[in-house]
Amino acid sequence: MRVLESTGNSFIRQLSYVGGLTLQFWSSLRASTRVLPIVGKRGRWQTAMRQIISIGVQGLPMIGILSACVGFIVAIQTGAELRKYGALQLVISIVAVGFTRELGPLVTAIVVSGRSGSAFSAEIGTMVATNEIDALRTMAIDPVEFVLAPKYLAAIIAVPCLTIMSDFFGIMAGSGFMYATTDMGLRMYLNYVADAILLRDVFFGLLKSIAFGTIIAQVGCMEGLQVHGGPEAVGRSTTSAVVKSTFLVILADLLFTAAFYVLGAV
Amino acid sequence: MSSPVISLRDLVVRYGSHQVLNGVNLDVERGEVMVLLGGSGSGKSTMLRQIIGLDRPSSGTVHVQGVDINHCSPQELKRIRRTMGVTFQESALFNSLSIEENVALPLRELTTLANPVIEIMVYMKLAAVGLGEAAKQMPQELSGGMKKRAAVARAIALDPEILIFDEPSAGLDPIVAAALDELILFLKRAFRMTILVVTHEMASAFRIADRLAMLHHGTLITVDKKESFQASTDPRIRQFLDRCPDQMTEGAAVQQRFRELAGLTEKTL
Repeated sequence: MRVLESTGNSFIRQLSYVGGLTLQFWSSLRASTRVLPIVGKRGRWQTAMRQIISIGVQGLPMIGILSACVGFIVAIQTGAELRKYGALQLVISIVAVGFTRELGPLVTAIVVSGRSGSAFSAEIGTMVATNEIDALRTMAIDPVEFVLAPKYLAAIIAVPCLTIMSDFFGIMAGSGFMYATTDMGLRMYLNYVADAILLRDVFFGLLKSIAFGTIIAQVGCMEGLQVHGGPEAVGRSTTSAVVKSTFLVILADLLFTAAFYVLGAV
Repeated sequence: MSSPVISLRDLVVRYGSHQVLNGVNLDVERGEVMVLLGGSGSGKSTMLRQIIGLDRPSSGTVHVQGVDINHCSPQELKRIRRTMGVTFQESALFNSLSIEENVALPLRELTTLANPVIEIMVYMKLAAVGLGEAAKQMPQELSGGMKKRAAVARAIALDPEILIFDEPSAGLDPIVAAALDELILFLKRAFRMTILVVTHEMASAFRIADRLAMLHHGTLITVDKKESFQASTDPRIRQFLDRCPDQMTEGAAVQQRFRELAGLTEKTL
């Protein structure tokens, strides 16, 4: 009976968390129109731009290196098997399709979750702990519009851009492998890549990356807003933000992949 | 007599089974400085959060400028909040913004004033609290007293009718605390503000208060003018004024435990 009660309580907690996340997503989506340049409030777009630079530009080196590593690993692992069947050139298709559809968005999301999701949580958590969020409320300034919306907008702009870069670096790593094993030139490699991938793959990959950016920003902000206590609570919220957003990103990836499969898009 | 600016009626706040405020009734009149006193854990900060609408009560009402802030529309709450300025105990300045940007924030967010006008207003507010020279500095570069004054400048940026201070003197040396008291009195005189101060610094309270209210374990035990308050014979107020410690009810038990640990008995003593 106690197990049942505990499972039920846990389920209700998770459900309430997802509910809170959905409400927060809706509020920040509505507020993000007031962050846009020209039509939005003054100063908001500059805040969003600073976030875009922080997530995107500063995250690029790590994403580039990791994507190249993953691209190379995929090429080596698949190449070792495919060589036995004399189908080494299929490595190109696997790397290209794998990255545009799956690995590019996923590697990007995991890196952004670790770098920026945790930063969102720590920043907002500290603001809660030092009453800055309360101060905003007492000044009749909506914290969702002032703090969350610029971060959310920045995430859904920066994450797809980083995903494109991740695709690029991953695919180029495959080119390095092919050159090392078969002396294949870059031009020929890119021709094979162009044959292998469809615009649809790139589009679905970017669609996923927008969803991943949404998850990372919303979870990071929510964990920050739920901080109660001092620095220790901020630390816990940071860890929780990374764990939960990575978990939800992989879950969402599965749902997207299943949905695309059912719709015949993969 | 005009209606009170802040009015609490039968305010009860409960966190789980723990009741923090037990049916508090309080009126703060226009233009007065009301000081809310009480020991640690008496419910002062909880009451303050209710007045500024950050938390909802378990029961009872909070009226600010005649509006029930727990049952009004979000627009109405926003309008009421624009008439209030709040300075928090920890100042709550935005660390990523300079002092002048902190003060300019409500002006930029809530008005359509042009930037040059905002700059002039920010300078005026900073000058009013004696921080005209520190405008470009970041909050982390300021001392505790300067941070508090910067927070006051931000709180008065929109010329609020009500100014609320949470523990303004906490953590400050007596000289800086006295300067802050003078600032509060200056704001009252210059801007005719209604001021509510939560504190447990008695010297500061008697310097600035028109009336004092005292919370004791979540119950408001008195609201009185400072002369009457000082002359009170209520033992709970006297204990607070005369700085008498609570009885250490567990003292004997602790001593007994120490004796046991030391292997001492009544005989050996």
